Amino acid sequence: MTITEDAPAGHVGSRRLRKEDPALLTGEAKFIDDLALTGAIWVGVVRSTEAHADIVGIDGSAALAIDGVNEVLSGDDLAPLWGEGALPCAWPVTPDMKNPTHLPVARGTAKYVGDAVAVVLADSRYAAADGAAAVVVDYEPLPAVVEIEDAVADGAPLVHPDLESNECYTWGLWGDNAAAVDAAFADAAHVVSERYLQQRLIPAPMEPRGCAAVPSPAGGELTLYSATQIPHILKVMTAVVLGIPENKLRVVAPSVGGGFGCKLNVYAEEILCSALAMQRGAPVRWTEGRSEGATSTIQGRGQVQHIELAADAGGKVQAVRVKLLADMGAYLQLVTPGVPLLGGFLYHGCYDIGLYLFECTAVFTNRTPTDAYRGAGRPEATYAIERAMDSLAVSVGVSPEEIRARNFIGADAFPYTSSAGLVFDSGDYQAVLDKAVALAGLESRRADQARRVAGGSSKRIGIGFSSYVEMCGLAPSRVLASLDYGAGGWEAATVRISPTCKVQVVTGSTPHGQGHETCWSMIVADKLGVDPDDVEVLHSDTAVSPTGLDTYGSRSLAVGGTAVYMATDKVIDKARAIAAHQLEASEEDLEFSGGTFRVRGTPEAEVPLAGVAFAAFTAHDLPDGMEPNLEAHVTYDPPNFTFPNGTHIAVVEVDTDTGNVDLIDYVAVDDCGVQINPLIVEGQVHGGILQGAAQALYEDAVYNSDGQLVSTNLADYLVPSAAEAPRFRLDSHATPSPTNPMGVKGVGEAGTIAAAPAVINAVVDALRDLGVTDVDMPASPQTVWKAIADAQGGAS
Amino acid sequence: MIPAAFDYEVAESADHAIALLAQHGDDAKLLAGGHSLIPMMRYRLATPSVLVDVGRLDGLRYIRTGNGTVSIGALTRHSELEHSAELAEACPMLASVAALVGDPAVRHRGTLGGTLAHADPASDLPAAVLALGGTIVAQGPGGSREVAAGDFFTGYFESVLADDEMITEVRVPAGTGGWNYQKFNRRAQDWAIVGVAVAGGGSGVSLVNMGSTPVRASGVEAAVAGGASAAEAAAVAADGLEPPEDLNADAEYRSHLARVLTERALNAAGVA
Ligand SMILES: Cc1cc2nc3c(=O)[nH]c(=O)nc-3n(C[C@H](O)[C@H](O)[C@H](O)COP(=O)(O)OP(=O)(O)OC[C@H]3O[C@@H](n4cnc5c(N)ncnc54)[C@H](O)[C@@H]3O)c2cc1C
Repeated sequence: MTITEDAPAGHVGSRRLRKEDPALLTGEAKFIDDLALTGAIWVGVVRSTEAHADIVGIDGSAALAIDGVNEVLSGDDLAPLWGEGALPCAWPVTPDMKNPTHLPVARGTAKYVGDAVAVVLADSRYAAADGAAAVVVDYEPLPAVVEIEDAVADGAPLVHPDLESNECYTWGLWGDNAAAVDAAFADAAHVVSERYLQQRLIPAPMEPRGCAAVPSPAGGELTLYSATQIPHILKVMTAVVLGIPENKLRVVAPSVGGGFGCKLNVYAEEILCSALAMQRGAPVRWTEGRSEGATSTIQGRGQVQHIELAADAGGKVQAVRVKLLADMGAYLQLVTPGVPLLGGFLYHGCYDIGLYLFECTAVFTNRTPTDAYRGAGRPEATYAIERAMDSLAVSVGVSPEEIRARNFIGADAFPYTSSAGLVFDSGDYQAVLDKAVALAGLESRRADQARRVAGGSSKRIGIGFSSYVEMCGLAPSRVLASLDYGAGGWEAATVRISPTCKVQVVTGSTPHGQGHETCWSMIVADKLGVDPDDVEVLHSDTAVSPTGLDTYGSRSLAVGGTAVYMATDKVIDKARAIAAHQLEASEEDLEFSGGTFRVRGTPEAEVPLAGVAFAAFTAHDLPDGMEPNLEAHVTYDPPNFTFPNGTHIAVVEVDTDTGNVDLIDYVAVDDCGVQINPLIVEGQVHGGILQGAAQALYEDAVYNSDGQLVSTNLADYLVPSAAEAPRFRLDSHATPSPTNPMGVKGVGEAGTIAAAPAVINAVVDALRDLGVTDVDMPASPQTVWKAIADAQGGAS
Repeated sequence: MIPAAFDYEVAESADHAIALLAQHGDDAKLLAGGHSLIPMMRYRLATPSVLVDVGRLDGLRYIRTGNGTVSIGALTRHSELEHSAELAEACPMLASVAALVGDPAVRHRGTLGGTLAHADPASDLPAAVLALGGTIVAQGPGGSREVAAGDFFTGYFESVLADDEMITEVRVPAGTGGWNYQKFNRRAQDWAIVGVAVAGGGSGVSLVNMGSTPVRASGVEAAVAGGASAAEAAAVAADGLEPPEDLNADAEYRSHLARVLTERALNAAGVA
């Protein structure tokens, strides 16, 4: 596995600055709201203020009296626009999964706070906002189901009475294990049984959502601009939902300011603007407000987890049994039901556990739909197993690193077939943990911790481990088929070399902050022996990049990058044939390095790639039957997932007087396979860790018992900033993935997957001698203070 | 997050601003740094139909010392308090409290007059001015009046300021003796969940976010004056108060924090 064999320049592996950044930093990059569209109709969405209510009347008269407000339309008024079409869910995880019809604008009943109940059409964004605020909706409130466990309680109100139950589906991995698992628990020397809560999280990318649909009435075509991660998928789905011929539809994602999964969706506003634009023959646009987005964009997590471990006397885990309740919210968005499944294979973590039982029951509640949010299912799984392993360590009486060492999948076990049925590609989990332990300076930390306990200090030290493995590089299409996912998992790439030997890469991956342009350029530049700045990367516009499956699930590099790599090889093969023709040599005798073809053993017989490119363009003298130009297209379907892994160690100082938790050190050793650009890898890890620590310490989508979201703005919903970030100390330990030629795995979600359990394990570790065994997320000062007070037997 | 429509006027002087306020009545609001008013307007919690911008009245940006008093122009930015060598000398507490407000962007826009007029019980500088025993100078159509900080705040976002009055100056005594400010929050840029300001070696103690106004902790002051230890004095910090409840803290936890932070502040201010 060498990716630089024919590339002496060796850009891959270097900390090259991102070519995206100058445009982003100078404001040259254009985001959705920067689009100037003459004569656009602005949409303002009137959103339900009730969690569950019949819509008795909608009075738009005050709105219509506002200058610039032209129409107020209810869900009934709009219904003809989509006819039978409803917002799509692409992942019916079981044949009997319940999927309520999800209209872009509700008719009859509002099912959650934020549900669209009417729209205002106006001349400006301002008038649209004024108009939406002035529409008076008469609600007849209905009982609401807010909390997950309440949804399955006897006599619970029904979110969708026509479905006769709040249960969406039950999905499991149980095979014929049940008896063996029961026996393992019966024989176990140590049993751990824990219940954890995964609070709902509100994704908060820098740029909220927005879209603009622009028709070309004469041509019968529609261009949909959207702040989306998935222009390709959105195009197919919009065509299907609205019956627009796909050849008449173009979807463009302009510069997109982050997504974290929340822009991996097909949203009401995209369908609404598209349908209205077709009907009106005018551009129709909508830009989300920050507080609006708190309920109109999907939320993440939302699970109640029960995990049980059965271990022998030495702490070797024999069986893991997991039961989840997962909150779908009021409707199923694009991949809502599949999110728990993405974690469902990983509740044994990076441990060799032979017996595996997983069951998830998904429920409807009167809250904003959930869906994929950075890590999607895997942070939840990692949290449960990593917290439970710490409980086991306490029960066995060994350190957290020792319990992990006793259970790790061995370095010699790869490829490793897991009890959940996956084949892990590569790894050396113990080496990774050892590196992390050394980097963390564990001994002196522990000594400090003990000193403070002995001295009765009110500032306690806690050290928390999290060893994780995740599956990414979504995904082999056949595996997705077996999971009833509605699409494949391949990715497409085209590589073209122009007459002047500049390179154009067209990718089906859709960057929204990751730095694909930089990385794809580095990969291609090394292979072709050109400068990365001579490589142009085109993406995110279905007219330019017609084939693709976009960016999510840490898939871009492992799948899309591999497609680029392979397309480049294909171009080189063609160039080699032309060069052989030019040099009157056989292809086998040619070597290609540093951008030049040479005849082996005859160094003076050489032709640069530029000469081949020009010859391919003029086509004056090509081998018989060869097509002009240097261009190749590859669609790559990965044979397996990739399995990044790592160990993170968080060190906290807890002020037991106030409950305040300070993250004073954070060590992360990750194996994301071969790194194309360590600078970008570190950025992903930094942000990922902070996002995971945010779930552990700060963020919480708080609903009151009426189903009102209380934390609707960034003063109440605590997204941490750089000021709250710990000191990150990173290292890596790459075991190249044998799944793809570059040996890459993916790193987009790793930090988020690892961080929350590391931080909470550290908080609990700090307070264990005070009797605290668990602290719910987010471990706010009040929560921690109350946990201490409860453990000490009452308020202080 | 889009405010309702409003008109906008630029005031050329304090007199002009007051005249514009009188002209537009209670539909008008002064705009200083805008870092409280504009967020409220974006949430449509405030819908003034006219904004009178006093943010350009640079004549009201000053810090002067003399006669044992520090006089600060109402339009002085938090960052100017934070970085003023003169203030660091004459009233270091005010300078260091200013440095804890929000983040640098907020401190470069927000003004001392604005934060006092806004009368948010969770704000830092009002409590500091209260503990310092400061005075607020308000100018109206009929001239100027001086209001003791202790008499200024009347409730949540409410003060004795009339609709057509403008704060022009804030005065605090120079040389404040032992002082400390404790601000407890979860993120660097946030308002205090609870804050405690101690001035004059414990003779002035005020609490942030423990009631509907910045609260003078007179029980603590009395205890200190009577020779109580910091721990004893702090024990009464929350007595008789009805602290607000929010996502960060219920009343019990806020009261606990007030006691812990008061003890820390008194200790740091030199009360044994
Ligand atoms: C993200 C963020 C974080 C913040 N964090 C903190 C914090 O940690 N601690 C804290 O204390 N504050 C914080 N603030 C508030 C900040 O300090 C404000 O700037 C300040 O409270 C108001 O000052 P201003 O000049 O911006 O007032 P404006 O917003 O312009 O006005 C506020 C109100 O006062 C009135 N007003 C303004 N000037 C006068 C005057 N001279 N006379 C009479 N009335 C006047 C206005 O009409 C309005 O009603 C934060 C703000 C933001 C946006």
